[in-house]
Amino acid sequence: MANAERIHPLDARVFGGNGVVLNPVEARERISLRADDKAIAGLGKAIGLTLPKKPGKTISKGEVSALWIGPDEWLIIAAEGSDVETKLNKVKTGLYSVVAVNHRNTAIVVSGINAVNALNGGCPRDLSLEAFPVGDCSRTIIGKAEVVLWRLAEDSFHVECWRSFSDYVWKYLSDSAKSA
Amino acid sequence: MLLIHCPYCEKDLPETEFHGEGEAHIDRPTNMADISDAEFEKFFFIRENHKGIVFERWRHLHGCGRFFNAVRHSVSDKFIMTYKAGVKKPKPTKKDIEAVLPPAKSTPANEPIYADAVKGKK
Amino acid sequence: MSGSTPNTGANRIAGKGRLSPAKTVSFTFDGKSYNALEGDTLASALLANGVHLAGRSFKYHRPRGILGAGSEEPNALIDISRDSARRQPNIRATVQPVFDGMIAKSQNRFPSLSFDVGAINDGMGRFFSAGFYYKTFMWPQKAWDSVYEPFIRKAAGLGESPDEADPDHYANRFAHCDVLIVGAGAAGLQAALVAGKSGKQVIICDEQEEMGGALLSDATSKIDGKPAAEWADDAKAKLAQMDNVTVLPRTTAFGYYNHNMVTLTELVTEHIANPDPDLPRERCWQVRANKVVLATGAIERHIVFPDNDRPGIMMASAAQTYLNRYGVAVGRNVAVYTSCDSAYSVAFDLKRAGIEIPAIIDMRETIDQALLSEAEELGIRVLKGFAVVGTKGRLRVKEIAVQPVNGENVEHFAIDCLLMGGGWTPSVHLFSQSRGRVKFDDETGTFLPDIYTEDCISIGSCNGTHDLSSAMAEASAAAKDAVGGKAPKAVKVADGPRMSGFHIGSAKGAGPEDFTKAFIDYQNDVTAKDVRLAVREGFHSIEHVKRYTTTGMASDQGKMSNMHGLAIAAEALDKPIPEVGLTTFRSPYTPVTFGTLVGHNKGELFDVTRKTPMHDWHVENGADFEDVGNWKRAWYYPQAGEDMHAAVNRECKATREAAGIFDASTLGKIEVVGPDAVKFMNMMYTNPWDKLGVGRLRYGIMCREDGFIYDDGVVARLAEDRFHVTTTTGGAPRVLNMMEDYLQTEFPEWKVWLTSTSEQWAVIAVQGPKAREIIEPLVEGIDLSNEALSHMSVSEGKICGVPTRLMRMSFTGETGFEINVPADYGRKVWEAIYELGKPLGMTPYGTEAMHVLRAEKGYIIVGQDTDGTVTPHDANVGWAIGKKKTDFVGIKGLQRPDLVAEGRRQLVGLKTMDPKIVLEEGAQVVDDPNHAIPIPMIGFVTSSYWSECLDKSIAMVLIENGHNRLGETVHIPMPDEIIKAEICSPVFYDPEGGRTNG
Repeated sequence: MANAERIHPLDARVFGGNGVVLNPVEARERISLRADDKAIAGLGKAIGLTLPKKPGKTISKGEVSALWIGPDEWLIIAAEGSDVETKLNKVKTGLYSVVAVNHRNTAIVVSGINAVNALNGGCPRDLSLEAFPVGDCSRTIIGKAEVVLWRLAEDSFHVECWRSFSDYVWKYLSDSAKSA
Repeated sequence: MLLIHCPYCEKDLPETEFHGEGEAHIDRPTNMADISDAEFEKFFFIRENHKGIVFERWRHLHGCGRFFNAVRHSVSDKFIMTYKAGVKKPKPTKKDIEAVLPPAKSTPANEPIYADAVKGKK
Repeated sequence: MSGSTPNTGANRIAGKGRLSPAKTVSFTFDGKSYNALEGDTLASALLANGVHLAGRSFKYHRPRGILGAGSEEPNALIDISRDSARRQPNIRATVQPVFDGMIAKSQNRFPSLSFDVGAINDGMGRFFSAGFYYKTFMWPQKAWDSVYEPFIRKAAGLGESPDEADPDHYANRFAHCDVLIVGAGAAGLQAALVAGKSGKQVIICDEQEEMGGALLSDATSKIDGKPAAEWADDAKAKLAQMDNVTVLPRTTAFGYYNHNMVTLTELVTEHIANPDPDLPRERCWQVRANKVVLATGAIERHIVFPDNDRPGIMMASAAQTYLNRYGVAVGRNVAVYTSCDSAYSVAFDLKRAGIEIPAIIDMRETIDQALLSEAEELGIRVLKGFAVVGTKGRLRVKEIAVQPVNGENVEHFAIDCLLMGGGWTPSVHLFSQSRGRVKFDDETGTFLPDIYTEDCISIGSCNGTHDLSSAMAEASAAAKDAVGGKAPKAVKVADGPRMSGFHIGSAKGAGPEDFTKAFIDYQNDVTAKDVRLAVREGFHSIEHVKRYTTTGMASDQGKMSNMHGLAIAAEALDKPIPEVGLTTFRSPYTPVTFGTLVGHNKGELFDVTRKTPMHDWHVENGADFEDVGNWKRAWYYPQAGEDMHAAVNRECKATREAAGIFDASTLGKIEVVGPDAVKFMNMMYTNPWDKLGVGRLRYGIMCREDGFIYDDGVVARLAEDRFHVTTTTGGAPRVLNMMEDYLQTEFPEWKVWLTSTSEQWAVIAVQGPKAREIIEPLVEGIDLSNEALSHMSVSEGKICGVPTRLMRMSFTGETGFEINVPADYGRKVWEAIYELGKPLGMTPYGTEAMHVLRAEKGYIIVGQDTDGTVTPHDANVGWAIGKKKTDFVGIKGLQRPDLVAEGRRQLVGLKTMDPKIVLEEGAQVVDDPNHAIPIPMIGFVTSSYWSECLDKSIAMVLIENGHNRLGETVHIPMPDEIIKAEICSPVFYDPEGGRTNG
């Protein structure tokens, strides 16, 4: 019997117009990583980077990114096949919690000259480059949904949310983009 | 909408990312099973909720997820400070408090109902 | 005189105004077609066509004309529409730009504006005095429903609300800036120029279509050597060139909130004939500014004298705006009644434009000599120390009676328009909303900003700085202070009209002895007399006077009336004005539509709709859904010809006889990981967890400290240091929040972490005697036998080739499995199971059947069978409390006297004597139905269903002392019968529990 197929919650959606493009992000490995101070160095090393310690910062190396979410919390996003879960679980120093959230979360990339305006239709944060520079990330809200917002470039953002909120977030951003 | 300084994110952030969590510095008794009913009442039910400087808990729910404490004036809604959970209850200085007081009444404007109510009582 | 553009109204004055005469548009007002110039407001267009009569007043239905030229307009409230769905009542004609094809209608009149039967109220004036409704509609009480309320409802409220769904969409924008400038008159524009040059982020907004404020109608002042309006045009052009400046016309700042948050409403398409359907109609801006500069200007006050409300009586400054900005003369024979210098410049401008000015009637004895000389030069008669004491004219003023303030002789003037200039009221609304304190200034008779609490600054006439040169200097200083840097170059200003002189309260003819109608609040029809009556009747606080008389409570919020009401109340109370105080200024500054407030949150964005990974399968298979929190859950799957009852019966039977498949994905899930995981679980749940082996499941109960059930769920131990915890669907967020609270603030040293995995896993429950047989072929790496995977066990392996946490558990009382697979695989795994199960009689079942099946077993649902006052003992799950534990959340609460007392309401079963009767959930239970009313209630029904499998009704009840009353008879009184029932065990089906171990 063939293995069960995977169905992406935002399969086959596209939106573009008014200086805003929305693209669903394809499947990724995702780990909610929690760790005490002693484990941080080893965990970073296991996935080939240094876990950011500064609030709201991201560090990426190749196909793996580590997003600072809270003082002992990181969201690891990696390409399929990176096998970050196994790598992290091999670390022997310190205490930590590795929980796969690759199916819990999905993401939308919002880009274009009006991307900031589209996001600010529902996100109360100051998204100016001074307040939220490229590489910054944070959990925040869009409309009534919680998201993790990560600035990939001046006019490009990765918006991560739980799968059952993704339809809402997509529609909210599309509506907001129309009047951006 | 308030602007709240998250002591973990080290930024002033919009209130909608936060959730109020009630009065701060109420420790859960370590001998919970042995406390008296009166002690339990004090711990669980009794809250000050007064007008003026309050110590309160917030959670940066849609942010870093951390609980922290704040000192705020409940009339002016201005914060003296926020600080991480577990930090000893701070003592705001007179200067701190003066900075967050609502303005003194230069005229009875805006307060007529209360002024009248007080007079009516006599 | 109306030479070059005759088609846009006979009152256009050639060579006056700022509108291009080339572009004309047409609109209708009460069915009659008119032409206007592009850029006209509805008010200027009507006045150009000689129409003053714009509506009927609220209470007395008196004919009313256009009074002002701005957002403070109390009279000219018009119903505006594009089509049947796009109709809005109560739009102020003075701020609504005319667009081609606009349909405008007057309000509050029947059958027509010029003949209105409701005007009979005017003659009945003495019956409609202050407090009329309070005094009249008192008794008999019965009359409320049938007479009073319908009458009040019909009479109350202006305009008619639209009855079709709003087809437009609305937008929201959060914005941040260094400086927000509210108001783009002289001060606002100058502040924006200075702040803009710094490169800092600046937002400037103004409620009007065209920025410039009073500069646009000022024919005499000069700035930098240029006429005022030309300077404004230059300033706007410069701002448009600055990338760091956002310019928002047609945008009203309507609320000022904590920490410099100001809300604006931008009318995006209200002025456009055929707007792009993608454009939002309105946009709400939520602006957070480091510094707010309030340049909100001042509003001219009217004068309170007898019959001061006839069409054709209007504000002096408005007439100046209509002339200089729109090129419209408000009349041909215009008298001016004033106590303020600024009205003179209006008279002079009109006279120079060829309008007859029979007299300026000035209450003051002493008047600036320069004004008198200029009047003399122009041939205008000035009556010093005179008052207007009466007016005539039904649908338009035609005559005024003038009398010396301290004299008797009455002189009559035939006129077609009377202008009023009672001085200026600074607009301190936003400042006051920011919780700033105002102070009364005796010299100018105004309340001015005094103590600031937010980081804002008031400049220009809202700060009492009326002359242009001072206002400009104040603006420059404020902007420099906000952005830093070098002091800006001083602006050379040649001041035009002065604004000194004022009058507040009632004027001659409207005093305490006069039985006349002198209106202070036009929109709510409140007269000077009404305020005095309120004071006489004992209302001494201005807040009470306001509510009793309704002065200042109309949609204009008393922008023009408040000062008069206050002054008259102060006089009647014999107190100085500052002692009486102001009423509170509240948001919104001007009326805001629901659309602006709703923004994107309408239609499918009204709220989040959460769907499970298998949702589309349920839709394709005909499911009806129920809302559980934000989730859509499959409720039941009706087949052809089935109602809900039949479908649920079939689903229950199939599950008990063969197998059922159920989507349990919405259950909350929390992964608890770390060496202190057991310790933490022991604290959070009443159960003991130390002895739960890896690979085993346990039903857990969570209380709050008060000892009442908070949540429940099955917990799997996946490893020594890892638990997979499930919560109720609705409880997931609050349970995680409570766990985090304890962990972070009470036990921060414990090494354990919590991660929500609710959406990581799709959960497929397969229940029934054939469950194992169905799934077995799909499962790899897990021995499903009863011995290897007994009831309440978990094993990790694969199903359909994808990872699974496979739990042997049951919420139905049958042999059952809950198959957790990563969510994106959920649908395909579900389909594979169903494909194998269908030939064996398997059916999908929804939440309704799930409820019946669990109730047959007496399993509780937290929130249905518990209500926050139910302990584990009450709910028959006292066994889940670890008796040897020394601490857990709720341990002390459970010892409280009331919680251990005998006779508490306890959960038991109930079987009706007639097994066909299904009780209503929520029905009250009594012992003696013949007891005198009120009958003591001893409990209520929490769950009640028809059980097809048992062929009888079943119910669960919370009933006093229930556990000790098994076998006793109770009664359930219903409207048409009293139902008899027997208290029984809540476990109706398979009480021995053998079936779960099949």
